[in-house]
Amino acid sequence: MSAITTTFPATPEDWKLPYRGKVGMACLIFAECVIFTIFVVAYLFYVGKSLTGPTPREVLETPIFYTICLLSSSLTIHLAAKLLERGRRGAFLLLWLFTIVLGALFLYGTAQEWHRLIYEHGLTISTNLFGTTYYSLVGLHAFHVTAGLIMLSIVLLFGLAGRVWPEQSARVDVLSMYWHFVDAVWVVVFTVVYVLGR
Amino acid sequence: MSSDAIPIQAAEAAGRPWVETLHEWVTTVDHKRLGILYILYALFFLVVAGLEATIIRIQLMRPHNDFVSPQVFNRMFTMHGTTMIFFVIIPVMFGFANYLVPLMIGARDMAFPRLNAFSFWLTAFGGLLLYFSFVGGNGLYGAGNAPDVGWWAYAPLTSRAFSPGHSSDYWTVALLVSGFGSIGTAINIIATIISMRCPGMTLGRMPLFAWLNLIMAGMVILAISPLTAAQVMLAVDRYMGGHFFDTQAGGSATLWMHFFWIFGHPEVYVLVVPAFAFLSEIIPVFSRKPIFGYPVMVGATACIGFLSLSVWAHHMFTIGMNSYANGFFAITTFAVGIPTGIKIFNWLGTMWGGRIQFKTPMLFCIGFLFQFLIAGLTGIMLGTAPFNWQLSGSYFVVAHFHYVIVGGIMFALFGAFYYWYPKITGRMFNETLGKLHFWLFLIGFHLTFDVMHIPGLLGMPRRIYTYEPGRGWETLNLLVTIGAFVQGIAILVFVANLVVSYFKGAKAGNDPWDAWTLEWSVSSPPPAYNFASVPTVASRRPLWDLKHPEDPDSRYE
Repeated sequence: MSAITTTFPATPEDWKLPYRGKVGMACLIFAECVIFTIFVVAYLFYVGKSLTGPTPREVLETPIFYTICLLSSSLTIHLAAKLLERGRRGAFLLLWLFTIVLGALFLYGTAQEWHRLIYEHGLTISTNLFGTTYYSLVGLHAFHVTAGLIMLSIVLLFGLAGRVWPEQSARVDVLSMYWHFVDAVWVVVFTVVYVLGR
Repeated sequence: MSSDAIPIQAAEAAGRPWVETLHEWVTTVDHKRLGILYILYALFFLVVAGLEATIIRIQLMRPHNDFVSPQVFNRMFTMHGTTMIFFVIIPVMFGFANYLVPLMIGARDMAFPRLNAFSFWLTAFGGLLLYFSFVGGNGLYGAGNAPDVGWWAYAPLTSRAFSPGHSSDYWTVALLVSGFGSIGTAINIIATIISMRCPGMTLGRMPLFAWLNLIMAGMVILAISPLTAAQVMLAVDRYMGGHFFDTQAGGSATLWMHFFWIFGHPEVYVLVVPAFAFLSEIIPVFSRKPIFGYPVMVGATACIGFLSLSVWAHHMFTIGMNSYANGFFAITTFAVGIPTGIKIFNWLGTMWGGRIQFKTPMLFCIGFLFQFLIAGLTGIMLGTAPFNWQLSGSYFVVAHFHYVIVGGIMFALFGAFYYWYPKITGRMFNETLGKLHFWLFLIGFHLTFDVMHIPGLLGMPRRIYTYEPGRGWETLNLLVTIGAFVQGIAILVFVANLVVSYFKGAKAGNDPWDAWTLEWSVSSPPPAYNFASVPTVASRRPLWDLKHPEDPDSRYE
């Protein structure tokens, strides 16, 4: 075909598209939501269908304190990201550290609950359907908290080394999106396991 | 806008040690190279899965045949199905999306090049794991090697009691790993299309190829994620003694069926939407007309994507659901026919009144239109619950979905191979060999899969390794097997054409088809980073605007 002689028109100034990091994270969160949905469906489907004990009513205790820890960490990470955007790096680091502490506390709560269930009530993943679905669903969430904590800690280390700048706040926002997702999923898991499932 | 400004690749390519070239390919994050890797990887597995199909067909050629043992037969159909879906069609579609989407939307690479490479290598590793089962599947119990539980791996076949050793674990882990790769690539495609479009490339001006791949990527996320979750549950059952699908402890085998088909049916549309994307690019160019009904095409595809999420249980009519569920899933299944029909009419509308050029890519697309229509009609038959009760699990079903996948998707795929071959390699393919491939494959396809409906109607169940003589199935099965060999010969012609043309083909130039999308504005093969200067577009057919400045599309859109 004949060679193209004309050039493309000039680039308009106002061409702006969404930040790819945010789009990518939104898609990841979407995929994670689907995965959690399947586990939640399995949990609800099997409520009350265990052939042997222990049952949720007998052994589960509602982890109110640790839930408050996790949910309030959403607030601290949001404020931290805002502070970084405004250039207040010291305050950012402090709140970031606080977020990690809250997340770690939550994880400690889960560990303690599992320890109690395993050693006091003899409930393991292979005991009955409740054990299988409970450890899978709560474990899947704990896995996401752990992954989030590792990523948050990496940012903390970079921050302590003086390498986190306000210019990077868009990237910190992406991480904060993920953390909000982990918290939001806990609301669902909490409702399913500790409210509806008992 | 000239791509000659960056001739780096060609100058450096001559006289380098092969280790360096290999290293470059293994460590590459370039979307075009990863696209080619995906495509070559899929072609390799196409040959492997084709050989498995051949073994199946030789075994079924005549009654009481003992070409392979029943155990090997089970492994062959399991591996054939799993390989074809997960390691042939998904990777090849991702390969084309990877190669073409950035070029079409005027971007220099995908949004996340390293995630792209990571996803490819995950998929590649998944395929290796699946096939390593032939060696490593024996495990501790000395039972079985490759997975033999069927591609949908129904519980309780996959439980430890019925599937000792590690063969099912290889299946689970291979699909889990490649599933992560698929989700990674899908995220990448969406982020690329949302965030990397060149100036002026509004969503309404994107080539339909980009639109349809955007929808495909969204469906990959929706479809593969449930499979990932279900595979994790299966692994928990097999390795930690969980009870998700363990009926002995109150678990449910039906739950696995639901989870699998919540993945399984949207998956069919994940595979066919990119095929639609190929058609939507090829048919306008060879009809010399812009696509008919662009917004409707986008809407219809989105509608198919939406509907496909609510049809999964039409695979499960025979498990005994109540009549409301049967009715619901039958109606949603019929409803898919509406947007699909809209699309077929739009392609016909594009061809209507055009100056159609019957080149090889166009021939394959026309074949698609006929065969996909028939496949859709048998689909509606099978979507009718009472009809399904009669024919579920028979060769009629096998014939139906091969009509979709071979007669539809594979035909579109071959069209795409011929259409973009000049762009990817810089050489023209041999048109005579291409037409020979088309006609041979068409004859082989119809011999195999038209005939295959009949033994299904006569009651031949799928997955049997042999059958009794005197049921009227012998001649039909022999014909099916002969057709399979004709298809095999056609594939050899195709591969020979690809290889020979790569060395001997005429130089293609930038734009051999006089096409209208941005990938044809750069050299063939495109230079690293694609565009010397990022293009700006003003209509759906930017190259038309460039070639016809006196009458650009932008005046009318």
